[in-house]
Amino acid sequence: MTIDLTHRQRRFLAYSIPVIAVVAALLFGAIMLVLLGADPIEGYVEMFVGAFGSGDALVATILKATPLLLVGVGIVIAFRANVINIGAEGQMVLGGLFSTIAALYLPSMPAIFMIPLVMCAGLLGGAVWGFIPGILKAQYRVNEILSTIMLNIVAVQLMNYLLRGPLIDPREVELGTRIPQTARLPQAADLPIIYGDRLHIGPIIAVLAAIACYYLLWRTPLGYELRAVGLSEHSANYAGIKVKRTITLALTLSGALAGLAGAVLVFGSESHRMVTDGSTIGFTGSAGFNGIVAALFGGLHPLWTIPASFLFGGLIVGGQALQRAVQVPSALIIALNGLVVVFVVAADRYRSRLLSYDRSEEDRAGDPDEEALMGSARDAAPGLTHSFDQEDSS
Amino acid sequence: MSDFFTLAVFIGVIASAIRLAVPLLLAALGETFGQRSGVLNLGVDGIMLLGAFAGYYAVLKTGNPWIGLLAAGVVGLVFGVISAVIAVTLQAEQGISGIGIYLFGLGMSDLLFQKLVGTPIPIETFPVVEIPVLSGIPWIGEMFFEHSIPVYLAFLAVPLATFVINRTTFGMNVRAVGEHPEAADTLGVSVTGVRYVTQMIGGTLAGLAGGVLAISLGIFQQNLTNAAGFIAIALVYFGAWRPMGVMLGALLFGFVNAVVLELKTLEVIPRELSNLAAMLPAIITILALVFVARRFRAPSALTKPFIRAD
Repeated sequence: MTIDLTHRQRRFLAYSIPVIAVVAALLFGAIMLVLLGADPIEGYVEMFVGAFGSGDALVATILKATPLLLVGVGIVIAFRANVINIGAEGQMVLGGLFSTIAALYLPSMPAIFMIPLVMCAGLLGGAVWGFIPGILKAQYRVNEILSTIMLNIVAVQLMNYLLRGPLIDPREVELGTRIPQTARLPQAADLPIIYGDRLHIGPIIAVLAAIACYYLLWRTPLGYELRAVGLSEHSANYAGIKVKRTITLALTLSGALAGLAGAVLVFGSESHRMVTDGSTIGFTGSAGFNGIVAALFGGLHPLWTIPASFLFGGLIVGGQALQRAVQVPSALIIALNGLVVVFVVAADRYRSRLLSYDRSEEDRAGDPDEEALMGSARDAAPGLTHSFDQEDSS
Repeated sequence: MSDFFTLAVFIGVIASAIRLAVPLLLAALGETFGQRSGVLNLGVDGIMLLGAFAGYYAVLKTGNPWIGLLAAGVVGLVFGVISAVIAVTLQAEQGISGIGIYLFGLGMSDLLFQKLVGTPIPIETFPVVEIPVLSGIPWIGEMFFEHSIPVYLAFLAVPLATFVINRTTFGMNVRAVGEHPEAADTLGVSVTGVRYVTQMIGGTLAGLAGGVLAISLGIFQQNLTNAAGFIAIALVYFGAWRPMGVMLGALLFGFVNAVVLELKTLEVIPRELSNLAAMLPAIITILALVFVARRFRAPSALTKPFIRAD
């Protein structure tokens, strides 16, 4: 890095890189829109208005951002411990299923007990689906990218089986329509509405989770251990940290938060039931993947993940508005989503380079800046790039 | 159940296992090259879907399955280059950027299908070519020697890949770059160049895998591959990064899928349980990963971008 930039300029550039990446992805999307015979300028105006242009739009954006934030916070925990969790999609499904089952089979009780119970069931479901790849990685050195992807596949089939069979709404069987969905879940489990007729307490739960995660990572011994393992398993091991236990725990916690996101999706949905269209994306809206992007966008910091999720929620809600306005198939949103993932992830390397340069300069000056240390993915977890390299830890 | 254990069913299951193994085998062979050079391409499924659509569309327009296969390969090659730009030049985190490519392929193939085709129209498929003499052997002939040309070619590609990886200079460079890029670089091997080539091979084979899948079925639909690309990536681990091992894995998966299909057709498995049966490949993969991880080691530089020290 020979370009001569001041400390402030480098810092500014580093933080604007993800934004530039999203803009680049949208420009690419504009080319696609032109090829599809739609007006990209009209499309993007609709996108912005659809995401942030009115009270309703903001509510929709906040609701869309909620699962992203919960998943993103879980991703922060996993990545800080140098574990790549691609399984949030499946963990969300399990969270949805566990909480749905809890709501269907628990005796009726007031909302004050019911809501915490079904949310805990969601946490539990996700935790189970995070624990499996965690223990497989820790004990048997099974690559977690692969195991979590496989568990996503298992989760979607489990969901399809349960919602078409044991959990199907009895009325669907009676009427013969057999739409794969549960009955309307007990009202006591509905997430209370706090504003208008749609905004429920889900976003508050998500923000609290982000704050709790911040506290966990930087104010507790466990958080210290998670980050130490992420920085260097070897050194952590020497320091007496139980590396295997920590890795398992990182994936379990990460999964639990994704599971909570799944539960919030079910009980915050307008139909108040769990429905499947046969795919994970049908249930999660790709939040399991987009949460990863939101977390990277937020520099793997739980609190910065809050605005990052809001922005991504807007991107998705706006994408839907765009798609309706210029009348292109909704598959466009998934394609655009893929572009955003690619661009943000590709740009992340450059941000961490800028920040690490920054840090080494300051280290020399004897004034390590804590925020720079918490800056970015590779910055925080240099081991992130060699997650397969487990041989030396055993 | 007794209907299942007959000779005719057994022969049919083996033949269909071989056919079902082909897309997995092609995609996994391509991914083997990539991983041996240190690049994990998680976008295989997306590239397969794009290849599948390209293949389907080309056959729909020309009526010629070979032109379809060519189109699928070309689209795969283009996306191989794109994957290389992202993973090698831009050094993106491979575990996540691949998911972006997957989502792009999933959405784009569906978008193009809805825009350009709309309602599914069946297309011309590959003709079955009976190998002279060999296809005349009772039972064996029917199982192994009555397939379409792409099936034979896919299996011939296995010894070819083994030869290229183990016995050619290019293959040696691939292994060197995957195990110790710094050393390879010192010896004058272009780490970037080798990884670009392996990504192009991987992309082309993934595109072809999708093309073979769509043209053999004679249809295209949203998410046609149904995560086959991810299974293919896992097969590379399953096969311990060796083409022969990858082939055995692909055949095992082809066999499991063929058995499940046959049991469904014969209604041995009630329809409600078919989703549970569909979990089998993923569960077997996880168990296989446990087994493999204990015995074999991944290429040392896998998923690590190469950064030359200044």
